[in-house]
Amino acid sequence: MQPSAAANPMRLDLVLVPALLGLALVIGLIEAARSPDPLMVIQAWTFVACLAGVGIWFLKRYGGGVPADETGAYQNDVVKAGVIASMFWGIAGMLVGVIIASQLAFPDIFYFPALPELNFGRLRPLHTSAVIFAFGGNVLIATSFYVVQRTSKARLAGGSWPWFVFWGYQMFIVLAGTGYLLGITEGREYAEPEWYVDIWLTIVWVAYLLVFLATIWKRKEPHIYVANWFYLAFIVTIAMLHLVNNMSMPVSLLETKSYSAFSGVQDALTQWWYGHNAVGFFLTAGFLAIMYYFVPKRAERPVYSYRLSIVHFWTLIFIYIWAGPHHLHYTALPEWAQTLGMTFSVMLWMPSWGGMINGLMTLSGAWDKLRTDPVLRMLVVSVAFYGMSTFEGPVMSVKAVNALSHYTDWTIGHVHSGALGWVGFVSFGALYCLVPWLWRRDRLYSNALVEWHFWVATIGILFYITAMWVSGIMQGLMWRAYNDYGFLEYSFVETVQAMHPYYIIRTLGGLLYLSGALIMAYNLWRTAARGDVRKSEVSGTATAVAQGA
Amino acid sequence: MEGLTYEQVAGFAHSWGMVYFVVMFLAVLAYALWPSNKARFDRAASIPLHDDESV
Repeated sequence: MQPSAAANPMRLDLVLVPALLGLALVIGLIEAARSPDPLMVIQAWTFVACLAGVGIWFLKRYGGGVPADETGAYQNDVVKAGVIASMFWGIAGMLVGVIIASQLAFPDIFYFPALPELNFGRLRPLHTSAVIFAFGGNVLIATSFYVVQRTSKARLAGGSWPWFVFWGYQMFIVLAGTGYLLGITEGREYAEPEWYVDIWLTIVWVAYLLVFLATIWKRKEPHIYVANWFYLAFIVTIAMLHLVNNMSMPVSLLETKSYSAFSGVQDALTQWWYGHNAVGFFLTAGFLAIMYYFVPKRAERPVYSYRLSIVHFWTLIFIYIWAGPHHLHYTALPEWAQTLGMTFSVMLWMPSWGGMINGLMTLSGAWDKLRTDPVLRMLVVSVAFYGMSTFEGPVMSVKAVNALSHYTDWTIGHVHSGALGWVGFVSFGALYCLVPWLWRRDRLYSNALVEWHFWVATIGILFYITAMWVSGIMQGLMWRAYNDYGFLEYSFVETVQAMHPYYIIRTLGGLLYLSGALIMAYNLWRTAARGDVRKSEVSGTATAVAQGA
Repeated sequence: MEGLTYEQVAGFAHSWGMVYFVVMFLAVLAYALWPSNKARFDRAASIPLHDDESV
């Protein structure tokens, strides 16, 4: 047992965390005072302001003795904060997605030449980073902190270090996001933040890894549950990818700009080794951990085959790391490396579908709950989307298919069937589970609103991906069409014109998906803040749920 | 570099890389399917159902 903090006033973490924050504050102030780069000055003051806010928060939490949450069996407050942050960043990121979709569909209305901050080129990385790292990252950190405690039967290790991880990660998001709007970028896909933000994220990530490992270390459950293996693979691999992909030399320690250590095709391969494994280990392994905890828990059934989950884990992590070269078909990358990437992508089909089957079959004996429990249905549909997009991915990695699909909207459609269908829905399912559990409510405010969320979002996804399939394949076919004289049949602008109706449908799909998230935010806020139940669902909760409310 | 040529490195990766993967895969399969591990894994399958919420 950990001695209570009251009996042990000299807690090491309460010295180290403020010391680290103080050191960061000094460095931030030096940058703000000495930098000749006006963008760096803005970033440095943002950093200092965030640190001041976090410092005040720490003082309020720990200044007047030990908070109640520090002595219980599990640390819940940091998970609650993660749930709120997930919802906030999710809506922000999806809103930016709808804005840039509108810019593509209606460039006459949503083009703001006087405001370079709102240019598509700056908003697009803001959208991808906000939904992947801000929304997805907060969901992963919050659920991992929740799951590792329950499955290890141990309190989160490190005292206030998990809070450092939480606040440090929010600061990373703020610095990265405001940096994009200012025009600061490394231009590396899904890794746009510049060198100083990368260093800050490295510090936060090492703290995250240590908190997670230390919690597993002091577990009372002898077996390390499979979800924790997936979380660990996610944390460790992202650390490795982040460090290698961001090897760069800053122009000066007082300026924002840096240059990559790699050049040419080596740089391209490094970027896609990173990029595809960000998909594999951030958006797949991490969210599979969520599946392996929340699907059995919600269905009240054990994992269908634990043996399959072990094979799933090791084959997935061993194969995924080689699939990146499929992003560089028909480029300067050596032919054999392209073929290697394609082969491993096709092989990935096996572990992916093994995992999907394992998730779906966990419902055996509880299939009836799909009719009555919209949250479980959301989780199961997410696993179905996981199966669909991990089928589509290997198909698109085949060079003959890629010749048609690459650089077209088909890729955008594929990414969003994975992101909206799999990552989004499994996150929503987990958040719908977590809020009543964490805030000690018997149930959600309204199951009917979950139904609404489910259907509005599902229709939104279908609009989105079908529009992008049609638009992408049409685009690919138009680009490769020749006339009788051997000239290209279409000019580029003709292919852009042809896509207009599909861009409008895509915007509508995104708008529906965002609306679903807003319904969810209202439902979760009512559940957490008020804890009441929607009037029409109060009498005979069981019957209302049974009728699908 | 006088030592290994590109072809030698690639040849080593092509052949021994495959052996390495097959051996790793067999090791994982053996671990997952080893009969004496069955009871442990059967219990582990329901770990999420046994976490007490007496916070």
